[in-house]
Amino acid sequence: MNTATNMQNQSTALSISPRLAKNVRRNIKERVIELILMLAALSAVFTTFAIVAILLYESLGFFKVVSLVEFFTSTEWTPLFEDAHYGIMPLVSGTLTTSAVALAVAVPVGTIGAIYLSEFASHKTREIVKPMLELLVGVPTIAFGYFALLFVTPLLQKVFPELPGFNMLSAGIVMGVMIVPYIASVAEDAMRAVPMSMREGSYAMGATRFQTAIRVVTPAAVSGIVAAYILAISRAVGETMVVAVAAGQQPTLTFNPMDGAATITAYIVQVAMGDLPHGSIGYQSIFAAGLVLFALTLGFNIIGHIVRKKFREQY
Amino acid sequence: MTTETLKTKASVLENLVAVRAMIRRHKRNDVIFAAIGLIALMLGLLTLLTLFLDLVMDGYPRFTLEFFSNFPSRRAANAGLLSAWVGSLLVMTVTFLTAVPMGVAAGLYLEEYAPKNWFSDLIEINVSNLAGVPSIIYGLLALGLFVYGLGLGESILTAGLTLGLLTLPVVIVSTREAIRGIPVAIREAAYAVGATKWQVVKDHVVKYSQGGILTGVIIGMSRAIGETAPIITIGALTFIAFLPPTPITEVAPFINFEWLSSGFTVLPIQMFNWLSRPDHAFHTNAAATGAIIIVVTLLMNGTAIYLRYQIRKNIKW
Repeated sequence: MNTATNMQNQSTALSISPRLAKNVRRNIKERVIELILMLAALSAVFTTFAIVAILLYESLGFFKVVSLVEFFTSTEWTPLFEDAHYGIMPLVSGTLTTSAVALAVAVPVGTIGAIYLSEFASHKTREIVKPMLELLVGVPTIAFGYFALLFVTPLLQKVFPELPGFNMLSAGIVMGVMIVPYIASVAEDAMRAVPMSMREGSYAMGATRFQTAIRVVTPAAVSGIVAAYILAISRAVGETMVVAVAAGQQPTLTFNPMDGAATITAYIVQVAMGDLPHGSIGYQSIFAAGLVLFALTLGFNIIGHIVRKKFREQY
Repeated sequence: MTTETLKTKASVLENLVAVRAMIRRHKRNDVIFAAIGLIALMLGLLTLLTLFLDLVMDGYPRFTLEFFSNFPSRRAANAGLLSAWVGSLLVMTVTFLTAVPMGVAAGLYLEEYAPKNWFSDLIEINVSNLAGVPSIIYGLLALGLFVYGLGLGESILTAGLTLGLLTLPVVIVSTREAIRGIPVAIREAAYAVGATKWQVVKDHVVKYSQGGILTGVIIGMSRAIGETAPIITIGALTFIAFLPPTPITEVAPFINFEWLSSGFTVLPIQMFNWLSRPDHAFHTNAAATGAIIIVVTLLMNGTAIYLRYQIRKNIKW
């Protein structure tokens, strides 16, 4: 509608009147502004492409030296040693173990919290509790790293005296506490999307709040809750400072949370702290590790969003 | 017939007691679960409190003026935060100047201008995807692109741009949310008196959503100030015993941009550095730094939450 009139204005303006000439200038200005705003929005697309391009480009150099078979099957990751091995599995095992511990904490606590917020809490309680959870999310992860290394680990060592100073257990637990608000808020959104009529139907049958929450609301919101878990995994996998500080720096192929082991993120931090020449295999190795990390989180994010979309369309 | 009715009546009475007991049991379950739920939610808060108290107690000896005015040192007791807090301030300035204009502009475009087509969908998918990318990946992007690709080096500019990209999705999302709350009628009224699209956006949409945008900006900035991983990845030095050149000079043109290319350290990096030393005396410094970072981020987040609360309370369309 606008474009047609604009075009007309532009073609006839200069010859007709100063008022229409002003209109032309106005239209050009409008267009330029729209273009600028669009470029700003495009920066998001550009960032994504830049991330993929940089990771692929630097990894390509890495995979010229290291075969994909060795990358995925070797059980040692020692790119900086004389006797270099390039198996990503020890880093992946560390990442998965810390994430598993974190989820073991965050899933039950977060789910119970979500059920409470959505089904039990009064409006007033919710107004107080939710901002507090947001505050928790705002705490820098390096502070949680300190907490894991110098508070939780000594505490755990009283229970398990043989626990090493760097271990995946305490890093995982602290990470779990960090993720609780995230699971709670996404799962709560899913539960509140369940229509009131379903709850009312349940209450009319004489069910209590607890029964309604567990047998009616939770099953109805299950895909949203699962999506919360999946998105939480992606968070845990990408978490850096807690594991870099508290889980250890030695890549070890182990799934025992009582051991210390490096994660993908911890390895990247460790290398970046050192002084590696640009273009060396060590430098390229952090991009290869980053590529695996990016693929993992992207995969979980996509699955999470697909599952999450499903529950929205249900009612 | 009658005997059967009587029998049923008796069993009903018997059952009634059982049913009442069941109802009591179920109601008790309600209360028990509510208590468990509240405890589950408080767990996080309790952790935060413990964490903060732990940091304050461990770092207590360092809460002195010298801690803020000294450079890092090999002796823990003399080491200070001067270069770190100045670095944080400068990096945040760059981050603010990149993330806020770009994020607000992108949010405006997506809400007010973007047509419904594959192109807008592409942008939207990218924004929500970027929000889920781990921060350390942004560090790798910056290392490959800014540090080596564009040759900006391990500078304040690189760090600021990196954190700017990281904050961008937060600003975009909050801008869009703030704009979405504005009723169409406001826009229509402006169009009706002959305003152009940009005039509507600039004078009405931005004006009424600025509180919401500000909330998002504060939250994004507080996230950026505590970010450690991407800054480590670009190779920030940790032992900085100098200050970047001052941005404001005494001779014309009074502003100089040398500080942008200066080496730097920031608060969380300084904390990480002290924390990873085996010497326990440095852990005290780390704790004090951690407490300071937490106070700063909590203040910023608290302000944002309060602001949002006020906006919700005051604006009724």
